[in-house]
Amino acid sequence: MTATIEETVLTPAAPPARPPKVRRRGESSPLVRALSHGALVMASLVALFPVLYIGFISLGPDKMDYLHPGQIFDKITFSNYSKVLFETDFASWFLNSVIVAGGTTVFGVMVAATTGYAVSRMRFAGHRQLMWTLLVTQMFPIAVLIVPMYTILASLKLLDGYTGLIIVYSATTVPYCAWLLKGYFDTIPVEIDEAGRVDGLSPFGTFWRLIIPLARPGLAVAAFYSFLTAWAEVAFASTFLLSSSKYTLAVGLQTFVSQYESQWNLMAATSVLIALPAALVFYLVQRHLVTGLTAGAAKS
Amino acid sequence: MAVAVQGAPTKGSQEPRPGLVARVKLSYSKHWYAYAMVAPVVIVLGVLVGYPLINGFYLTLTDANSLNSARTIGVKEIPATYQYIGLHNYADILWGPGSYDRFWSHFVWTIAWTVICVTLTYSTGLALALLMNQRLRGRSFYRLMLILPWAVPTFVTIFSWRLMLADGGVVNGLLGSLGLPEPAWLSDPLAQKAAAILVNTWVGVPFMMVSLLGGLQSIPGELYEAAEMDGATAWQQFRHITLPGLRTVSSTVVLLGVIWTFNQFAVIFLLFGNGAPDAQILVTWAYRLGFGQQPRDYAQSATYGVLLLSILIVFTSFYRRWLARNEEASR
Repeated sequence: MTATIEETVLTPAAPPARPPKVRRRGESSPLVRALSHGALVMASLVALFPVLYIGFISLGPDKMDYLHPGQIFDKITFSNYSKVLFETDFASWFLNSVIVAGGTTVFGVMVAATTGYAVSRMRFAGHRQLMWTLLVTQMFPIAVLIVPMYTILASLKLLDGYTGLIIVYSATTVPYCAWLLKGYFDTIPVEIDEAGRVDGLSPFGTFWRLIIPLARPGLAVAAFYSFLTAWAEVAFASTFLLSSSKYTLAVGLQTFVSQYESQWNLMAATSVLIALPAALVFYLVQRHLVTGLTAGAAKS
Repeated sequence: MAVAVQGAPTKGSQEPRPGLVARVKLSYSKHWYAYAMVAPVVIVLGVLVGYPLINGFYLTLTDANSLNSARTIGVKEIPATYQYIGLHNYADILWGPGSYDRFWSHFVWTIAWTVICVTLTYSTGLALALLMNQRLRGRSFYRLMLILPWAVPTFVTIFSWRLMLADGGVVNGLLGSLGLPEPAWLSDPLAQKAAAILVNTWVGVPFMMVSLLGGLQSIPGELYEAAEMDGATAWQQFRHITLPGLRTVSSTVVLLGVIWTFNQFAVIFLLFGNGAPDAQILVTWAYRLGFGQQPRDYAQSATYGVLLLSILIVFTSFYRRWLARNEEASR
């Protein structure tokens, strides 16, 4: 990263600056700081508002309330939530989503980690092509894949089940996760592997006992990405799941909007309920997010 | 990108390579565990991505649609009757009658969409990352807030945007109270495009911001200290330390951003559904041909997919070459 800095900057060609103020490095002047705070507060509001808005709409009891958000203040109620929780299949959809998203996270991250490790450490034949292929799979438009995938899943008897969906989701998340983790593994010194091998660990033992614990931030980011992708996916889920008892939340949500009636208020409440677990996972890993992504991006 | 970097050192300086079989054997005995580690990915991707791709490519050479494909009605199984028609689909899409409305208008819009969205997400992400890379009170709080659009599932936030952008929704309420015009975001063709770009930027900024923030934090502080000592202005520091320092991160996130935006299915599909023919980018248009109409035109849909893929592959190889040349130039 550092090798690219141009020498010319450091020559004193620039006109001498104003008399140096006594300020610690990295600290900006009060004006700059105030402006920064202002900009960041604005940006935070923009980021936050749509999320809060849907939470607010979900409190209105009537399906047309989104047209007059002002009137919701007078009739705030949690009736949408009780309706969704107790009068629909929400509980089983939720369970399905947890199984599918959890399965994708565990399976996808494991597969991506072994791949990333193998590519990062071993110069086996085809490692370069493999990473390229992974990148190329990111370019496949879902519209091309979905029909043949349907046929394959049908012939493997994996349609309308968790396993099929977990495998499909893993196929979509693994490429990015493998890239990310390969970058992260590259930052872990090879000497650690060598020490492990000298001490008599097998290649798998080295990977499992030494590298995995060290790569925790990278793994956390990969897990976050996999979980969110699987949790919120609509197109595959609505194509591959056939019976209402197998629906994930994203598919179940669609049942509130039929041709004849759009129950926006129920959709809003369900959306909030769907967003909560995702936000929870997010808060668990956000500590690692910056370090994990950096190593991945900076080194890949 | 690793692919760009790894190429150089291994080539050239080797003794004549042994035969292919011998090489595979040697490689296998030396790296069998590597192959074991990679095997699951290769199998899963081969079955679920490789085979569909080949199958999809074959479909582009036929006239398959939902009326002549193999299907089951009740207990009766009807075999496929579609036939091989060569490259006719490609010719029809690229220069057949009405090809401007069916392909080229979407093609132009897709390119514009990708360029505008990636530029906006990248520059906004960079600006926010720079702001947050200062020593500020409440930095981690801002970070939490700003990553929120990423943490909440896309279809939830897009649903929220749809309510906000609806006629009489919050956005137009705000515009109206400021005395600005209130476009029909979800039905006027031009406003639809603007709305799609707005929402996609909102969704895409957090990823850019976090990646770039990570990149900024990995630039050693001594460089800025030295520059400050030499009297470099803030702009000069940005131009000659920050930007070069971010080069590797930037090249990765821009490439990913282009690929993801180009194939951005969720935003446009969830925002407009099957309406809004003008705002459909190539991916959603292909999906619409294959699933959103009767009879479903599998062959044309797959042809669009193959065209999309080729555009991306061409772009990526040019991009990589351009990156490599830049890297050479800056050494």
